[in-house]
Amino acid sequence: MTFAAPLEAKSIRFRARSFVAFTLTPEAPMAEWLQGLDHWIGNSPGYFAGRPVLLDLNVLKPQPSEIAALVAELGTRGIRIYAIELEGASLGPDLPPLLVGAKEATTDGLLPGRKGADKARAEVSDKAEQPEGSAGKGRAENGKADSGRIGEGKAGASKAGESEPQVSHYDSGTLMIKAPIRSGQAIMHPHGDVIVLGSVASGSEIVAAGSIHVYGTLRGRASAGALGNTSARIFCRRNEAELLSVDGWYITAEEMEGVSRGKPVQAFLDGDKLRVETLS
Amino acid sequence: MGKVVVVTSGKGGVGKTTSTAALGAAVAKTGKKVALVDFDVGLRNLDLIMGAERRVVFDLVNVIQGTAKLSQALIRDKRVETLFLLPASQTRDKDALTEEGVGEVIDKLRSVFDYVFCDSPAGIERGAQLAMRFADEAVIVTNPEVSSVRDSDRIIGLLDARTMRAEQGEQIAKHVLVTRYDAARAARGEMLSIDDVLEILSVPLLGIIPESQDVLRASNLGAPVTLSEPLNTAAKAYLDAARRLEGEDLPVVVPFERKGFLDRLLGRRAA
Repeated sequence: MTFAAPLEAKSIRFRARSFVAFTLTPEAPMAEWLQGLDHWIGNSPGYFAGRPVLLDLNVLKPQPSEIAALVAELGTRGIRIYAIELEGASLGPDLPPLLVGAKEATTDGLLPGRKGADKARAEVSDKAEQPEGSAGKGRAENGKADSGRIGEGKAGASKAGESEPQVSHYDSGTLMIKAPIRSGQAIMHPHGDVIVLGSVASGSEIVAAGSIHVYGTLRGRASAGALGNTSARIFCRRNEAELLSVDGWYITAEEMEGVSRGKPVQAFLDGDKLRVETLS
Repeated sequence: MGKVVVVTSGKGGVGKTTSTAALGAAVAKTGKKVALVDFDVGLRNLDLIMGAERRVVFDLVNVIQGTAKLSQALIRDKRVETLFLLPASQTRDKDALTEEGVGEVIDKLRSVFDYVFCDSPAGIERGAQLAMRFADEAVIVTNPEVSSVRDSDRIIGLLDARTMRAEQGEQIAKHVLVTRYDAARAARGEMLSIDDVLEILSVPLLGIIPESQDVLRASNLGAPVTLSEPLNTAAKAYLDAARRLEGEDLPVVVPFERKGFLDRLLGRRAA
């Protein structure tokens, strides 16, 4: 006969954790929206790999049966939905959990002095995902519930190894990087501007809440105003970028071909259009 | 205390092992005590290029696991008195290396030798990270082609993040060695120019090694080119690179294609 001896009570730690995630906001008509999404994924394959994605259905307001179909549809594109936002909905156990109590990320104090690089995943919204632009805000999740799913998202995120985003430790202001940014590095700065004195290699990424200034050649991806700052700009001495984006509106290397390649440029939002102009 | 130099690259096949042997031999010829350590556990190439494959009894893994003493595993080169080789094991895999073990071996080598060259495996995995872990300086070997340069950029990022020096807030000195440079193809624009490579990597240039059949021949004969054919242009380039590594301020000359010029002359004569 075996009896389970009373275990030495080891307390289980429940910790709250807030982090930034992508939000997809589908809109009717769905076919068109999916087409736009496919186009964007085609331009940036693997962009969603391992990243937690929220599904904001407050615009679409679908029936529960449609939600399952939509989640499956996104699943075929390798996008893993870990929570759904839909006011007043009740979802079945087979669907990702409903996100409650989420706050929109702001620059003030929400991500204070984050030490662990594994926590914050700054998001870059884009016009294919969020045609309204304004919906492309980072959402912070106060992770009390759904620990399983969050763990899953984190596991996917943490296997990136040294290419883990380097979240700046400064509480405010400008991040100045004096060294070149190497291929595979990602700089996330949710507090303000990023100034890079060297070059930004292809295969690297800068995400900033404010503007991005690159005094060398910009060959990687740069996302300014990632938390919803429409007046953010990207400046560089030589534009060889793979992608430029401001507040989710983006332009890829192909679209820049010829017009602004190899030149000193600035990228900024003009209404709902991202403009890339040469600096003279 | 000796200097630990890791010879590394992101991409394979760019000439790390050849460069390790050639640079090591060149430095050793000046009378400095040099150890070459092969970190490519499971593949074992450096001993072949050094012509010592039949003298390997114990290897790096034996030393790390304590089954052999460092002095037993070190192979003295037959041509240069001050050149030693610590071979890699072909029968083990890279998981046999531990960070503490590698650290101890490197510390011992550092106290005995003036220079310790670590021949890194390609890639960014554990083996490569262990090879660079305790280095003071790095030679990043790259070919003038986009994929090689891109991977080198990645490796430089690792050197700045994952080495002991970097973690202690110090800088690790970095040098780019451009190998297999083909002047004719560069002139035709089929290769990246040296300026492009340096602009992308923004790391000082250690040397440019021209593509040469002699390097391959020397490697296959088991002799670093700097020992077997020191008058060869590639060997000269390696000898100059070694002098720069020792701190000498030599200008780097970009090799240009003499053949084309001669060919043209001969061609005219024939006409």
